[in-house]
Amino acid sequence: MAVGEVMRMEIPASGDLSVTSPELHVLAVDDSIVDRKVIERLLRISACKVTTVESGTRALQYLGLDGDKGASGLNDLKVNLIVTDYSMPGLTGYDLLKKIKESSAFREIPVVIMSSENILPRIEQCLKEGAEDFLLKPVKLADVKRIKELIMRNEAEDCKTISHSNKRKLAEGIDTPSPSSSSSHDYSSVKDFPSSKRMKSESENLSSLL
Amino acid sequence: MQRQVALIKQSLFDQGYLDEQFVELEELQDDANPNFVEEVSTLYFKDSARLINSIDQALKRGSFDFNRLDSYMHQFKGSSTSIGASKVKTECTMFREYCRVGNAEG
Repeated sequence: MAVGEVMRMEIPASGDLSVTSPELHVLAVDDSIVDRKVIERLLRISACKVTTVESGTRALQYLGLDGDKGASGLNDLKVNLIVTDYSMPGLTGYDLLKKIKESSAFREIPVVIMSSENILPRIEQCLKEGAEDFLLKPVKLADVKRIKELIMRNEAEDCKTISHSNKRKLAEGIDTPSPSSSSSHDYSSVKDFPSSKRMKSESENLSSLL
Repeated sequence: MQRQVALIKQSLFDQGYLDEQFVELEELQDDANPNFVEEVSTLYFKDSARLINSIDQALKRGSFDFNRLDSYMHQFKGSSTSIGASKVKTECTMFREYCRVGNAEG
């Protein structure tokens, strides 16, 4: 990947992250129809796009991770967050979490686990596997708001970090587009940010200035 | 009539049938979604009927499959918790306790 190509994903030179809150697209997974209804409403009211599925298997299908390599036909909209129940028949929330974190394409998507049972070892196990957070049911609006803020804040910080590191690279005249050490994300995940298209045109301006 | 409904609702809270989760759900209702509580409640009743039926069938079978019963109860408790059906939730918990110790009489 050339430096120019990397720059295409960056935010304006001013470093001003004036991203008008792009809508998060959340994939909610729960085998209970009542819980799906509730979480959908909670997310919608928090200005998120929501897709609900009833099982871990369906979730993997939606993402295109169910063995049909590259089958992303079902998923028209990039998923920014996955919220899943822990106790589900078949694939549990924990199993789903593991599969997502094992996938190179989707491991950057934050996953939040929900459970009606406050079992500490379970919570620790999920967090250790890479879950972003753990919500105790019944889920309340305050929980969803907190998660949303956390996710938006993380995405904003990632953009800023990558931008700073690339400005530094430009200054040093480095050609090799090695991933910044301060950012733990692949550049491929930056492409996934909903505002990347707008960023693209702004940074093209930047590169022309150079 | 509205006052009567309000009184009935209040008594449901007072008697412990409903808890604050129900209030949370009410707050999710607005002009754009005026029937949310009704829709969730309808789903809950349908789902509960299905579960109760399954449990009933399982009990009629005579030989008690506690794991299966526990699984149904877990689902029932889950949806009751989400909707704020506090007393039902408590009963589920008791039922599961009986399952855990293998108490068929309970």
